[in-house]
Amino acid sequence: MNDIGNFALILCFLFAAYAVVTTVWGARAGRDGMVRSGEHAALLVAVCMTLVLVCLDVLLVRSDFHIEYVSSYSNRELPLFFKFASLWAGQAGSLLLWSWLLTIFNAIVILQNRHRNRELIPYVVAILSATSLFFIILNLFVTNPFQELVAHFEDGSVAAWAPQDGKGLNPLLQHPAMVIHPPILFTGYVGFVVPFAFAMAALITGELGNKWIGLTRRWTIVPWFFLGTGILLGGNWAYQELGWGGYWAWDPVENASLMPWLCGTAFLHSVMIQEKKGMLRVWNMILIILTFSLSIFGTFLTRSGVVSSVHAFAKSSIGGWFLGFLTVMVVGAVFLLVMRLPELRARNEMESMVSREAGFLFNNLLLLGACFAVFWGTIFPIVSEAVQGVKITVGAPFFNKINIPLGMALLLLTGIGPLLAWRKTSGVSLRRNLTWPAVIGVATAGTLFATGTRHPYAIISFALCGFVTATIIAEFWRGTRARQRNTGEILPVALWRLILKNKQRYGGYIIHFGIVVLFVGLTGKAFTKEGQFELGVGETAQIGQFELRLDKIVEADNPNYSSGRLLLGVSKYGKQVTVLAPERRFYKTSQQPTTEVSIRSTITEDLYTVFAAMTPDGRKAVIQVWVNPLVNFVWGGGFMVCMGTIIAMLPDRAMRRRLEKMMDESGSSAAGEGAGARA
Amino acid sequence: MRPVQIKISIGITIVLGAIVWLAISGFDESKAYFKTVPELAEMGHGAMGKRIKVAGNVKDGTLERDPKLTTFVIELDGVTQTIHYTGKAALPDTFKEGAQVVADGRMRDDGIFEAKQIQAKCASKYEAEYGPDGNAAMPEAMREAIERGETQMPH
Repeated sequence: MNDIGNFALILCFLFAAYAVVTTVWGARAGRDGMVRSGEHAALLVAVCMTLVLVCLDVLLVRSDFHIEYVSSYSNRELPLFFKFASLWAGQAGSLLLWSWLLTIFNAIVILQNRHRNRELIPYVVAILSATSLFFIILNLFVTNPFQELVAHFEDGSVAAWAPQDGKGLNPLLQHPAMVIHPPILFTGYVGFVVPFAFAMAALITGELGNKWIGLTRRWTIVPWFFLGTGILLGGNWAYQELGWGGYWAWDPVENASLMPWLCGTAFLHSVMIQEKKGMLRVWNMILIILTFSLSIFGTFLTRSGVVSSVHAFAKSSIGGWFLGFLTVMVVGAVFLLVMRLPELRARNEMESMVSREAGFLFNNLLLLGACFAVFWGTIFPIVSEAVQGVKITVGAPFFNKINIPLGMALLLLTGIGPLLAWRKTSGVSLRRNLTWPAVIGVATAGTLFATGTRHPYAIISFALCGFVTATIIAEFWRGTRARQRNTGEILPVALWRLILKNKQRYGGYIIHFGIVVLFVGLTGKAFTKEGQFELGVGETAQIGQFELRLDKIVEADNPNYSSGRLLLGVSKYGKQVTVLAPERRFYKTSQQPTTEVSIRSTITEDLYTVFAAMTPDGRKAVIQVWVNPLVNFVWGGGFMVCMGTIIAMLPDRAMRRRLEKMMDESGSSAAGEGAGARA
Repeated sequence: MRPVQIKISIGITIVLGAIVWLAISGFDESKAYFKTVPELAEMGHGAMGKRIKVAGNVKDGTLERDPKLTTFVIELDGVTQTIHYTGKAALPDTFKEGAQVVADGRMRDDGIFEAKQIQAKCASKYEAEYGPDGNAAMPEAMREAIERGETQMPH
């Protein structure tokens, strides 16, 4: 089976190399047949890569411990579900998943564009195939998942061997969110290669009209959606599984996924200025190059071990490869960009500070500022160690100090930006649209202050959330009323059709509202209460309005792990509301203890309990408790962002018409370059 | 430059200035020196007053857990350092004798390192570090397995 896997990998390598050469050659020589042949090869890569993936999963499910990867990440007692998932538990397997997703994306692009965008496609396929080729080389020669275990004997002879049982999957990863989180996150990382490829193809061919922007925008929102969902699931996993009471720790691996998301968010906004006004054309190229570079950098950061130490990086076998690939890619992209600079001049100029354009400009500045701060904080230990020989780390306070104010400013712009008109906004319309939301914001702040809240950021944040919510509701209200007047539809129908008629705009508003809800949840962090108690059976502890009573300690045993579970009676204001059962498990294969948290989750707050340990005398249980207000708003807001994104991604007739119109325009305006065609 | 461009430039400068100021002040508040035990010993008096994260392995037989104060010694390359843990949170599951730990805190005048936070990683069976030649970690594990009579030796 591993031979089949390796053979299929070699086929992937050959087909991918063939695809790169023939598509470029075919395009240069103007021979469509050659390009088609390259496309077919790229489709075959996807087929073979799927076969490779199946081979590894069969080995995992069959518990074939001859294979190093299988014996490292699986064991006999592991439930079947997790045996599948251990495919992406380690470096070799997760890079294989990367390659597979990449080849699948390549195949989708090819199949979608059999008769469209033929001038760009050869180069798009070439870039996608070249990137696949890089990852296939890693899969084949650097971290091959099909490596067999071999024994080296004193006399120099070598033999294959297999242990009786594998080392098992890290218990922390044995969680449903962890099963789906990596593939979703990876889909996000990998997906940014497609808009990048379109952008590069546009630079290579000189087809710099709005066509690549239209195509790229759609292909950016897909990975943006997956990356965001992946980040959210990762946070949810951390919250439920790691047992430290929170969902985000500014860990390098988390930061690695946040950076391309922030940069992609900036791109999705600034691309609108290019669509509407033909401005920021160089800037958008830079953003998409940066977003994809950060995706690769994120994979590199997560997989090379460079975070823990520069020395670990030197030992890691893939670090150098990634750095090399990243350098080649960035240098190549920047070279192409510089070549085309004269053709990328803006067609319009900024006309007013109080315009949609300026709003987007500052939105970009804040998002990239946040991205850069996260980047700097993440790589500072590496840089300081490499440059000064002293490893200096920065912690959560650094990230919070920068990102909380930036987040507030972005929230403010979320409210104001959509109300600004293109070119120039009149003071009258601004006053008309902003007065009521501003009143609501100030009223929110006043109410909070009057009821005893003194946390400055929390007051500002909630006030801004009130303000933005009001602006969004007002937008929906105005749109719906206007539609009702024109069509005579009843309110819900008018609202529904309003959204369906302009999915991109109203999907965007729903995303904005999701972000507001998310911010409400994040702000709840300011009011977290934390405590640690030692309780014997029958004893009670108090935290906030909750009283916890230890009723019983239950012990259990199964082939995978042995466990101890606490039964905690929870009362709120003296009335019993629930029983929580935090658990400690001891996994037998890995000899590792883990905690299973128990949470009482309501809309207003989570009561989060952890069975931390038994006291040394074995009589009392050590329990850690958090009261985390508004955590469900984080998940709810994230869910709304997802829903809004799906609405915005749905095919849109109005959008398609606009796109077609734009393409016609870009064709005609290419002739009158710089004429300043103003829509 | 036209007046709009001047206004926008001023706006951009203010935003960038604010970000840089936040970054610098945030950096000073939360920077910590990451040192191994021998490196910490080398710092001598230079270590006083700085926030330090020191890494080493918990030495066998030195761990004393008391409800108020947990004390232990960490060691690396023969150099040792006594740690007093005064933090509130329960120590992590992975914290035990022999574990690799990172203690986050400050050096006291009496030469004891007072930690507010401990991160621990047991000498992990997971993520077995791949050696430069791809499987350097395996033969040793296998030799142990052979000794326990667990291996199937084909052919």
